Amino acid sequence: MHLMYFTEQPMSAYPEAEGRAFGATALMFSNRHFDPAAGSRLYNEYLEHYRLAETVGFDGIMLNEHHNAPFCMQAKCNVFASILAATTRRVKIVLLGNPLPLADNPVRLAEELAMIDMVSRGRLVSGFVRGGGQEQLATGVNPAFNRERFEEAHDLIVKTWTQPGPFRWEGSHYQHRVVNPWAVPLQKPHPRVWIPGVLSKETIIWAAKKRYPYIALSTAIEATKKIWELYDSVAAEAGYTGGPEYRGYLQRCHVAETEEKALENARQFMWMQGEFTGLAHPVWSTPSGYFSPSIRTQFVEYAVGRRTNPRGATFEDQINTQMIVAGTPKTVIPKLRRLLEETRPSILGFWAADGFVSSADTRTCIRLMGEEVLPALREIGKELGLWSPFEANAPTSVTFPESAAPATERAAARQPTPLEVS
Amino acid sequence: MSTSTGTWTTETIPIGGVAMQLTRAGEGPPLLVLHHDVGTLARLPFYDALARRFTVLVPSHPGYDGSQRPEWMRNVRDLAAVHQWLLAELPITRAPQTVAVVGLGFGGWIAAEMASQAPRTFKKLVLVGATGLKPEHGVIADQALLSYIDYVRLGFSDQFAFDRLFGAEPETSRLEHWDLNREMSFRIAWKPYMYNPTLPHLLGGISTPALVVWGRDDRVVPLECGQRYAKALPRARLEIVDGAGHFVEMEKPDELARLVIAFVSQGDA
Repeated sequence: MHLMYFTEQPMSAYPEAEGRAFGATALMFSNRHFDPAAGSRLYNEYLEHYRLAETVGFDGIMLNEHHNAPFCMQAKCNVFASILAATTRRVKIVLLGNPLPLADNPVRLAEELAMIDMVSRGRLVSGFVRGGGQEQLATGVNPAFNRERFEEAHDLIVKTWTQPGPFRWEGSHYQHRVVNPWAVPLQKPHPRVWIPGVLSKETIIWAAKKRYPYIALSTAIEATKKIWELYDSVAAEAGYTGGPEYRGYLQRCHVAETEEKALENARQFMWMQGEFTGLAHPVWSTPSGYFSPSIRTQFVEYAVGRRTNPRGATFEDQINTQMIVAGTPKTVIPKLRRLLEETRPSILGFWAADGFVSSADTRTCIRLMGEEVLPALREIGKELGLWSPFEANAPTSVTFPESAAPATERAAARQPTPLEVS
Repeated sequence: MSTSTGTWTTETIPIGGVAMQLTRAGEGPPLLVLHHDVGTLARLPFYDALARRFTVLVPSHPGYDGSQRPEWMRNVRDLAAVHQWLLAELPITRAPQTVAVVGLGFGGWIAAEMASQAPRTFKKLVLVGATGLKPEHGVIADQALLSYIDYVRLGFSDQFAFDRLFGAEPETSRLEHWDLNREMSFRIAWKPYMYNPTLPHLLGGISTPALVVWGRDDRVVPLECGQRYAKALPRARLEIVDGAGHFVEMEKPDELARLVIAFVSQGDA
């Protein structure tokens, strides 16, 4: 199993009443409500949590980014990835991910990612996302071409990583006279790409065709099973067998010393959902052309308030469906076993705390997970045969069937040492 | 394909791989009407009033109002070009300067682009609340930040006029229709939003007589844009309609029809 720590990096230190009075906390909610002193404190607390996660035994740190909203104050995952590349030693740095359509220069992204991969000595996993609806507006990027830009930027980045330059790129959305960045990734054929998602079938199909692991972001167990049915059927068409090494899941999971404390803190997961879906303006979060045409009816109704968010559910529902898991190590382990047995992921991210959960409680959660939950899950993983892409030496992609590894290791393996030669 | 709606008929005319959808009625000299970014209702009292004097041609912009979306289109000049194809195809509009045009809002921008590309196309040019020019002071209302209903309501000075036409709570099918139109608008007019920075310069060579009409309460395109159009077009005058917002043709159909008929017919024998 590959077990990751994750936080949305919530910026809870803002006047909530102002947000409620304005009626939204994303995109147009003024950044005069941002408190940089609190921001400075929180960024450093989050860094401390990441380092603690490595110390207690997590395999990876999952990072993401969002824009113009307090639910996530990480505006550029490559910034935190750079810091962690230099300040951690062992964990994989898993970006889920860079929002490709927002980039006007994917070659620069390829270059930044190559730098992170080298500084971290080959610990980068480079996921890609489409970006949120309102982020298209915040960036001025056309939502109607979101998926086209996503796919083209991906193709350009992978080519930049794998084909020696210079070459020219004349695409639909990107044109580059010269693609020839000096920095290239340490991992060959290229860093692993994992694709996170919530709802869009198109993304699941695309990931499966590429043979990229798909990371289901906190979907309910039954919905997750449907995702794997679809993924596996596309995999079969593509000529390989789906399975645990292609399955990831992000689990909201808060662990505390007592049940009461855990449940109280777990309610804070609703803070983010309130900000993200309840207080986000539905028109901004679902601009025309951004969402899947197959669910146009649902989204136009949502946009005018005739339907609740297709992604929304109450706290109690989410506890019942295990979209949120909370408790002591003793009580969460059986629930996580159920998740592993029923959906069989090998990549598991833990979204450990949100909203106003204190730094001390977050540290306790990370420590308890490391001491008690992760070792138990590793045993369950072995029992169920949930081998991660690293353990299974899974192919990097359908195009590059080799397993990704740092060029340093490859060189050592490939070339005889001077001693052997003599 | 041809379907009849009273005296109005709709047909699909394939030109250059684009399925042009054209609704028409009436007799007399040809008058082209180019609709808004939110599309158009199939029938409007304004169209009926014009059809009593003209052969009224109301094409759907390809990609709007259920017409086939040309995936390749990237800007409003592409739309202007395919509307020129249509005029070249129809016997009634083929000869230069036989057809007058009424461009409504976004359709006014398309009409201005058509006239700038081919200044001999139109006999008369009528722009009503036209987008296409960057306001110096205000901004063109951005539908990307507004719900489908709020955006259309913003175009009305009198909210009861909206209610009468669309219902106080428009049906979901109407919203989907607006969403499809909005997506097409994003595909071709996303950035800069709803204007062409070179258009002010391109208007200078259009010698066609032009009437610029603006609703006094237009909250979608600022009145200053009407003043700029009237100034930049060499032979233009500005008429302001009281009690109308952006959708002058839906709020003051008779008044707008009178203005159009008088202006377009002026000088005819």
